[in-house]
Amino acid sequence: MAIDATTPAKRQADMMAALKEAAFAGLITLGLCIPIISWGTRQNIENQLVLDPRWDTVAWAVAIVFVGRFLMALRKQTRDPNKPAVRLLPHGTIGFFQRHSGLFSLFGLGFLIVFPIIAITLAGWGGALKWIDNFGVQILIYVMLGWGLNIVVGLAGLLDLGYVAFYAVGAYSYALLAKNFGLSFWILLPLSGILAAFWGMLLGFPVLRLRGDYLAIVTLAFGEIIRLVLVNWTDFSNGYAGISGIPRPTFFGIPFTAADNGFAAVFGLEFTPLYRTIFLYYVILSLALLTAFVSLRLRRLPVGRAWEALREDEIACRSLGINTTNTKLTAFSLGAMFGGFAGSFFAARQGFISPESFVFMESAIILAIVVLGGMGSLWGCAIAAIAMIGGTELLRELDFLKQVFGNDFDPTKYRMLIFGFAMVVIMIWKPRGLISTREPSAFLKEKKAISADMVQEGHG
Amino acid sequence: MEVFVQQLINGLTLGSIYGLIAIGYTMVFGIIGMVNFAHGDVFMLSAFIALIFFMLISAWLGAGLIVLSLFFVLILAMFFTSLWNWTIERVAYRPLRGSFRLAPLISAIGMSIFLMNFVQVVQGPRNKPTPPMLNKSILLIDSATYPVSISYKQIIIIVSTVVLLAAFWFIVQKTSLGRAQRACEQDRKMASLLGIDVDRTISITFVMGAALAAVAGVMYLVLYGVVSFHDGFVPGVKAFTAAVLGGIGSLPGAVLGGLLIGLIEVMWSAYFTIDYKDVAAFCILAVVLVFMPSGILGRPEVEKV
Amino acid sequence: MSDAITLLKVEHLTMRFGGLTAVNDLSFEARTGEITALIGPNGAGKTTVFNCITGFYKPTEGRMALIHPLPDTDQLIADTTQRGVSSINRASVHLLERMPDFRIAWEAKIGRTFQNIRLFSGMTVLENLLVAQHNPLMIASGFTFLGVLGARSYKVREKQAIEKAKFWLEKINLIHRADDPAGDLPYGDQRRLEIARAMCTDPVLLCLDEPAAGLNPRESLELNTLLLSIRKDLGTALLLIEHDMSVVMEISDHVVVLDYGTKIADGTPKEIQADPKVIAAYLGVDDEEVAAVEAEVGL
Repeated sequence: MAIDATTPAKRQADMMAALKEAAFAGLITLGLCIPIISWGTRQNIENQLVLDPRWDTVAWAVAIVFVGRFLMALRKQTRDPNKPAVRLLPHGTIGFFQRHSGLFSLFGLGFLIVFPIIAITLAGWGGALKWIDNFGVQILIYVMLGWGLNIVVGLAGLLDLGYVAFYAVGAYSYALLAKNFGLSFWILLPLSGILAAFWGMLLGFPVLRLRGDYLAIVTLAFGEIIRLVLVNWTDFSNGYAGISGIPRPTFFGIPFTAADNGFAAVFGLEFTPLYRTIFLYYVILSLALLTAFVSLRLRRLPVGRAWEALREDEIACRSLGINTTNTKLTAFSLGAMFGGFAGSFFAARQGFISPESFVFMESAIILAIVVLGGMGSLWGCAIAAIAMIGGTELLRELDFLKQVFGNDFDPTKYRMLIFGFAMVVIMIWKPRGLISTREPSAFLKEKKAISADMVQEGHG
Repeated sequence: MEVFVQQLINGLTLGSIYGLIAIGYTMVFGIIGMVNFAHGDVFMLSAFIALIFFMLISAWLGAGLIVLSLFFVLILAMFFTSLWNWTIERVAYRPLRGSFRLAPLISAIGMSIFLMNFVQVVQGPRNKPTPPMLNKSILLIDSATYPVSISYKQIIIIVSTVVLLAAFWFIVQKTSLGRAQRACEQDRKMASLLGIDVDRTISITFVMGAALAAVAGVMYLVLYGVVSFHDGFVPGVKAFTAAVLGGIGSLPGAVLGGLLIGLIEVMWSAYFTIDYKDVAAFCILAVVLVFMPSGILGRPEVEKV
Repeated sequence: MSDAITLLKVEHLTMRFGGLTAVNDLSFEARTGEITALIGPNGAGKTTVFNCITGFYKPTEGRMALIHPLPDTDQLIADTTQRGVSSINRASVHLLERMPDFRIAWEAKIGRTFQNIRLFSGMTVLENLLVAQHNPLMIASGFTFLGVLGARSYKVREKQAIEKAKFWLEKINLIHRADDPAGDLPYGDQRRLEIARAMCTDPVLLCLDEPAAGLNPRESLELNTLLLSIRKDLGTALLLIEHDMSVVMEISDHVVVLDYGTKIADGTPKEIQADPKVIAAYLGVDDEEVAAVEAEVGL
C-alpha cells in the first residue's frame, strides 16, 4: 500500500462538506434498510409469518456507512490531486510479471505439480484431503472452465452466458454412458468432449449471427433449456433426484478402493481415500494444462488470429475472405469441448450429479472469472479463479469469526453475497480485468504488449 | 371454450406482471444499451418490501380495509424499491458508464448475485407466505363442467396495471422528462450538449423502472401469496423475453410482449404440460431472437458498413 | 491501354432501401490494368455500389459479373501438359450478387477498404497483414489440425506469409512500426495499411472507398504513387470512390459519374471534365464544392 500518511494536507479539510456527504450516505442507507433489514420475517409455530424488529442492525449499518463515507470524503479532500490513486501493487509490477511470464509459468507449474506433497507435509495425511480436494481440484476445475470459455469470450469476443450447458452435457454423457454401458473414464472423457462440441455446433449454428447482448441472452436461454429438460425428463436423467453411483475413475483399471485388488493393496500401501483425490488432482491438472496448451497454440495459428480479428472487427474480416460463421462456430464448439471435458471429470469426481449443479449461476461465475481475469489472458483467468473460488472456499475456514460474532454466525452464508459484491467492486476498479494487455501472436523484431485501450471486445 | 376464457383471464393477469417488469428492462436498454441483469432481483426485493409493509399496515388498519392497505403498500414499495435501484445505478453502473461494454453487464450480474443473497441472508431462505387475502371471485360463466370466474385479485392487478401504465405513458410522452429520456436514447452526447443532464435522466429511468417493478412485485405477492429469495430470476428472464419479443427499446412493445408471454405460458400449461412451461418461454426467446431480432414493434437494425 | 479487357461488368444494378432508391439501373465496366473512378456528389450512392459489389448488400436487381482474365495461352497449354490431364477448366466467371461477402473476397478476389477505416486496432500491423492471408494459411495449417501438431510445412508457409507482409510494409514505409498496434498509427498510415492489408489477399480488383479522405497534400501524393505502383507492378485493377479531384483526374483511366443513384456520365477524365451534365450535378450541390471542382479541373 502506498498511502503516505505523513504528507501534509495540501488543502484544509472541509469538515462540514465531508459531514454533509456522510450524512447523506447515512440517510440513503437508512432508506435502504427500511424495511428489508429493519424487520425480519419468520414463521412461528403455527406457520404464520411474524415480524421481528431489528433496528440495532440498521443502526450499525447506518453508522458504518456514515463513518466510512466521512473518512473517504476527508481523504479525497486532503489527497494531493496530482498524486495517483492508491495502488495495490507497486508501479510496474504487472509489466515485470508479463516480461517474465515464461519464468512465472514455470514456477506456477512446478508449484502445481508438487502441491499435493506440500499439502500432505503441512497438513498431514488427514488434513491434506480438504486442501487438495476443496482448493486444488475445485479451483482447477474453474481454471479449466475459465480457460475453455476464454476461447469463446476472450479470443473470439462471443458473449456466452450458457457455458454451463456444455459442462452439463459432458457430465451427463459420462454419467449415463458409464452407468448404462460400463465404459471406462478414459474412453468417455474424449467422448463427452466430442458430444459437448457437437452440441456447441448444434446450438451455435442458428444463433452465432446474433450480436452482443442478444447472443448472451440466447445462450442463457439454451443453458436454461438444457437444465430444464434435465429436470423434467425424468426417464432420461432422473430429474431433480439426479444420478448417483456414477463409476469412479480407476488408475488404469485399478480401482481406488480398500479391496484386495484396490490401488493401495496392489502397490502395498496403507489404504487412504487420499490416493484417489491425488489422482483426480493430477487428472484435472493435466486437463487444464491441455486446455492452456491448445489455446496458446491456436492463438498463433490462422484460426486463432481470425478469432481475435473477429473480436476486433467482423466486417473487416468478411472483406478479407474469412468465413465468419465457421470461425465463430469453431471457437464456440472448441470452448464447448473443453467444457465437456471438465463436465465428465466433474461427474467422475463427485460420483453424483443433478441439475442443481448446472444452474445459471455457474455460467455467471465462469464468465466472471474470464472477464475479471482480463479477457484473453490465461494468467488473468487463473488468478481470478484462485481469488474468487479460493477466496469463497476460504470463508468456510473462518471459524474464528464465530468467536467474534457469536456461535450462530455462519460465514458460509455470506459466501455468494461477498462473491457478487466482489464482482461489482473488481469491475469498477479494473473494468478490463486484472491483466488487460494483449500479447501479439507474431512479431518481426520485438514483442510489445498492446494496451487494453486499443483492444476491442467484440460485438457478437 | 370455457377453459380458453378462463386461461385468457389468467394469462392477462400474469402477463400484466411480466409487462410491468419488462418496461424496466426495455427502458434501461434503450437509454444506456445495457441488459440490466439485476432487474429481476430488484423485482424480487420489491416483493419482500411489499410483504413486510403489508404485514405492518394490515396489522395497523385491520383486515377489513385490505384494499386501502394494499394501496399504501404499493406507494411505499414503489418508493423504497426506487431508492434501491437509484443506489444500485449510482454504485454499480454509473462508474462504468462509457467503459467497456462487458463491464456493466458483469457488474449487473454481480449485483444480481448480491441482491439475491442479500435477501437470503437478511430474510432467510424459506418461502414467505402472506396471510390469505382477497379470495372472493366473480362468476362470469356459470357452466356445470367448467365455471369461468375472475377473482378480485385479478381485477385489482389488471386495473392497477392499466391505470399505472396510462400514467407512465403520459410521463414518457408528454413531459419534458420523457423528452429528455427519448433524446438520451437517440444520442447521449448530443443530448448532453443541448443541456440535458444525462446522469439525472438515466437515474430517473432507473427509478421509474424500479417503481414499475415494485408494482409488479406487489401484484405478484397478491397473486401468489408467497415469495422467496430466488423468485427474481425466472420472472426476470421471462420479462426480458417479453421485452425482446415486443421489440427492445419500445415501451408498448414491452407491455405487448409481457401479455403474450403470460398468455403463452398459461395456455401451454393448460393445454400441454406444466412441466415444460419455462422451456416454452425460453424457446420463444431463442426463436424470436434468431428469426426477428427486432421484435414485434421494434425498429429493424441496418448493418452499417 | 489497348489490351485491357473487361474485368467487372455491372448491369442494371438497382438497390432500394424501403422506399428509397439508392442506386438506379446502373451499368458500367471496369477493365484489367485500369483505374476506374466512381465519383458523384454526397449521397449519390457510390458506397452503396461498393457494398453491392463486395457482397455486403444484396442488390434488389441487376447482375454483377467478375471475369478472371485467362492467363497466357502458352502457359495454360504448358500447365495442362505438365499436370498430365487432358483439359484444365480455368475460365472463371463469378456472379457477385449470388455470393456471400467472404466468398467474393476469397474466390472472386475482390479486395476492399472502408470509408471509415476498419483496421484490427488491437492487433499489430504485422498481425493485420497476416489475418489478410487467412485462407491460404488455413489450408497450409491443414485446417488447424496440422498446425496444432506443429507441422513443418505450416511453419514454412507462415514464413512466406511474413515475407509477403514485409514486402507490403516496405512498400508503404511502415516496416519500422510492424510490431506496434494498428490503432496507434497516425491516420494517413492507417489508410495505407488498410490498402496493404487488402492487397495481401491477392485481389484482381481492389475497391477503395475514399482512400484520400483526410490526407494532407503530401500524403495524398504518396497515395497516388502507391496506387499507380499497385496497378503497374502487380497488375491489379482499381475501382475507387474519391472526392479529391486531384487524385481522380491524375491517376484514373476511366471515370463513372453518379448522381442520385443514376449514372450521368462515363468516360475518360478529359471527357468528364467537359461534360455539362457533370458540372450541373456538382453545381446543384453547393457553391463551395463547385468552386473546388472548377479550381481542380482548371476551368
